[in-house]
Formats: sequence, C-alpha cells, structure tokens
Amino acid sequence: MSKARISLKGVLLNLIVWVFTILWLLPFIALLIMSVKPYTEVILHGWWSLGGNYSLKNYLEVLMNPSYNFLQGIENSLIISITSTVIPIFFAAMVAYSLTYLSFRYKTLLFTMILFFMSVPQQMVVIPLFNLYVKLGLNNTLTGLILLHSAWGIPWIAFFLRNYLKLIPLSFVEAARVDGASEMSIFLRILLPISIPALIAASAIQFTWVWGDFFYAMIFLPSPDLYVVTQRLALLKGEYHIDWGLLSAGAILAMIPPLAIYLAFKKYYVRGFVGWGLKG
Amino acid sequence: MKNLNKESKIDLLLFLLPPLVVLSIFVIYPIIGTVVLSFISKGTFSLSNYYEVLTESIPLKALILTRLEPTPPWGALIHNAVWILISVPAVVLLGMILAYVLRYVFGSSFVLGTVFLGMVLPGVVSGLVIRFMFDDSIGIFPRIFAVLGVPMLSKTWTIYPQTALLALILGSIWLWLGFSVTLYSAGLDSIPSSMIESALVDGASQWQIFAKIIVPQLRPVTTVVILMTVMWVLKIFDIVYVVTGGGPGGSSTVLAMIMYMYFASSLEYHKAAAVAVILALLTLIPAYWYIRIVLKGERE
Repeated sequence: MSKARISLKGVLLNLIVWVFTILWLLPFIALLIMSVKPYTEVILHGWWSLGGNYSLKNYLEVLMNPSYNFLQGIENSLIISITSTVIPIFFAAMVAYSLTYLSFRYKTLLFTMILFFMSVPQQMVVIPLFNLYVKLGLNNTLTGLILLHSAWGIPWIAFFLRNYLKLIPLSFVEAARVDGASEMSIFLRILLPISIPALIAASAIQFTWVWGDFFYAMIFLPSPDLYVVTQRLALLKGEYHIDWGLLSAGAILAMIPPLAIYLAFKKYYVRGFVGWGLKG
Repeated sequence: MKNLNKESKIDLLLFLLPPLVVLSIFVIYPIIGTVVLSFISKGTFSLSNYYEVLTESIPLKALILTRLEPTPPWGALIHNAVWILISVPAVVLLGMILAYVLRYVFGSSFVLGTVFLGMVLPGVVSGLVIRFMFDDSIGIFPRIFAVLGVPMLSKTWTIYPQTALLALILGSIWLWLGFSVTLYSAGLDSIPSSMIESALVDGASQWQIFAKIIVPQLRPVTTVVILMTVMWVLKIFDIVYVVTGGGPGGSSTVLAMIMYMYFASSLEYHKAAAVAVILALLTLIPAYWYIRIVLKGERE
C-alpha cells in the first residue's frame, strides 16, 4: 500500500476509480429503485428521480399472483441448490483424498480427466441424458436435475479440494496411518474437519452456480409447476411489453440468496475463485 | 510408495467407486453419446449433420453466413469469434489496470466487492440488467448517446441488428471483469515488494514499474485470464437467451444458442449434437492449454 501522501494525482485517481465504481453499481441501484416504485412513474420521470410513491406492491404482486408462481420457483430452486451442493461436495472430497493420499496407477489420467470434465460445455451432455431420463422417468423431476447438477459439480470441486489438501502437511496423514487408523476414518475424522474453510468456499460457489443455472433447468424441467426461479424470472419478462417494476422486483428476489451467501462468505468465496483459476 | 496390497485396493474402491459411477452415468456416457449421435444421420453413420449445420443459411440457425455484410447477422461462429476478439483484450486490460490502481485507492475492498458482483448473479438476472441498461426509455447508455446527439445509439440497443450483439458483448465485459480483477489482485499480492522498492530506488517512474515489472510478472495470470475468458465466452448462453434470444433476425446468435434451437425448437437432436460437438471442440483448445499449465505446475 502507498504511503499516506496527499497529492493531486492521488486525489484524481481516487475520484476516477470511485466514479467508475458507482457507474458499475448504478444498474443495481436502478433495479432497486424501480422495484419499489410504480412502473408508470418510472416511465414518466425516470428511476433517477427520487420523489414520488414508494411501495412494495411489485414484490407482493410477484410473490402472490398465482400466474407468476414465484414462491414455488424459489422453493424449487432452494431444494435443488442445497441438495446439489451437499452431494457433490462429499463425492468430490473422496476423489480429492484419493488423488492426494492414495497411490494407484492411472492417477495422472484420472486427474487429467477431471480437468477435462471441468471444461466440457453443458450442451455436450443434455441430449443423451434427456433420452435416458425419459426412459427412466427422471425427466421433469427435481431428482433428475439434482443428480445431474451433483455429478457436474464433482470435477471442479475435486480439483479445488485437492489443491487445498496439497497445502496440508503429509505428516498429518502419515502419523494417523502409523497409529493404525483406516483411510476412511482418516478422511472422515481428520481431513474433512481441517478442510472446512475449503468446503465452505466450494459450497458457496457451487450453490451460486446451481441457483443461477438456466440451461439445464430449461431442458429437464419443462413443466411450469417445477420451474426454478431463473425460469420464472425469464417468463416474467414477457415477449413485447416489459413491466420493469415487476421484473426488477423478481430479479432482486432471485439474487438475494446468492448475494447473501457471497456477502456472508466473501473471503472464502473470492479465495475459492482465485484457487479455481490460478493454483494448479 | 505403498504397494498395492489388498487393503489399499479396498480403500481405493471405497473412495473412487461411488464418484466414478456417478461421473460415468452423468458425464462420461452422455459425452460419448453426443459424439455418436452427431455422426448418425437417417440411421447411417455419416458426416452429413456437420455438413448441414455448417452450411445452414437461415440466420437464426446459421453458424457461418457467407454473404459479407458490415453488420450482423454473420452466423453464430463469427459472433462468438467477434465476442472473444472484443472482450478478451477489454477484460485483460481493464482488469490489470484496475487491480494495479486499486492499490493506491481508498476503499479498494469495496470496489473489488462491487466489481465482483457480476460473478455472483444468476445469468438470467444479469441478462435483465443488460437489457435494462440499453433500454431507450430508462436505460443509461441510450440516454448518454441521446445527450451526445447520436440517434443511432439512443435507441434500445438490443432490438436492432446493428447494436444487439455489441450490447451483449459490453454487458458480458461488465459481468466478467470481476473475475479478472480478482485474479490480477491476487497476482499482484504475490509480486515481492522488494522488487518494486529497488526499482523505485533506481529512479524508475510508476509507468516504468508497471510496464517493466508488473506486466511481465503477471504473465502467468494473464494467460489464465485469457483462457478462462475464451472458454466462458464460447459457452455463453443465459444472457443471450434472456436479452435477445439470438435476434433480431439472428443477429446475436451464439453456438450454445444454436444448439438449443436445434434441440428445443426444431427437435433435430442429431444436428443439435453436431453443434454441441463443434462447441466442445472449440472449448477444448483453451482447455488443453489450461490443462497443460496445471499439469506442468504439478511436476514442479
């Protein structure tokens, strides 16, 4: 960090960056204002005029009007996101443990495959899975989507956790092995507890991704009563006429859970992203 | 190294069998399935799906349009390429400069947190925000251009073929900058301050330090930022679907969107599979690079 020296250049720099930041934030501020104002007023005076009426009518409309069914969407999204976070974390931790502490042939192959799966586009798996789901009766069920999200999360979480485990001294595990502990109990009793920061980071990011998913949901949840919140929100937009009041209220409701998680675990979250991108 | 005795084999089975079974069913099997589907046409093995999707000339489904026009539609492949050409330099430059400047700015963690918001939002929400920013009656960009007296750009950008793609690209930069700034900030933290201090002692200017020390030191980060951005842009879907649906008149289609159209609108699964494979192959180029970097880091 620089020394506390007040110069014209420094002040100018601060000013530029802060104007930039406010511009960056402006769309969110606008969204927030529009969501608590009647849309007719927004059209007449613009969202930037702070006078006029404020009400929670848009929120009530989005949440209570049965044709939008937003509450159901939020509920479906919560069920899917929570389960699709817990399941892959556990599986991925087992993969990460094997990659770090167990020795076996084809270890590099497995690791390379994991890296490869991390980069595969979602579009690459949906067609055969769709056919399979139709046969198994998993199409149009939350379970089907949960299973897919869980499997999809394993590779990147495994990679992420393995990078974390690499930082833990090997002597931890070796000492336990000397004491005669089985690998499974070392994994459950020693490594999972010391990996809690990494588990939190991975959970926070996985939750946000699953919550934000739109593509998988559109393919595997075609029936409206199973729609997740992102599908509900897209529907709210309407084809020709856009009611920005309703839409911004819906958008804010849809971003509350990921935003809350981000704010609560900010440090873990950002570190998680850095670890995902940088540490190899 | 432990020998592969019986006990450790059981351990391996215990640890790897459950995840591998899940991965086989939901990731490996469908990948292979998609490749196979893409080569089957009318019950026989052929390349005709690829031929047909690549030569398709309806703008809403085209991958490459051969007629040369100054404005979109150009076809999804070209749109993706233009998207990469604009967003990668923007994300790298803005990210690096912002991360560097932030070290001298008051309240930098708030700035970082704000710019990072784009990474946290659901794609559909981001899409709506982009649609809103470019709306003629309430959006920011058209307002600014109305004041500047540019009628071309004071309309709703997303509903005109000349500006729809550009609006999406600018929006994507707004979203993705958080990723690059965060990585660059972490990269800057790992540059030893003694390097910069000794350069200062030698009388180097701020600009020289940035160009001669910071940029070269950040090269590994830049590589990762470029690769990740390219992969992200290739796979982009949500914001396009929500903001323009690929329109108007196919002027903002992207590969993932075309795949979805074949799949959901026209139910041509084999052609959808062919587009998916093309998309996956393109993603494999930066992915291969990235995997190589990671594996190289392993050996060191």
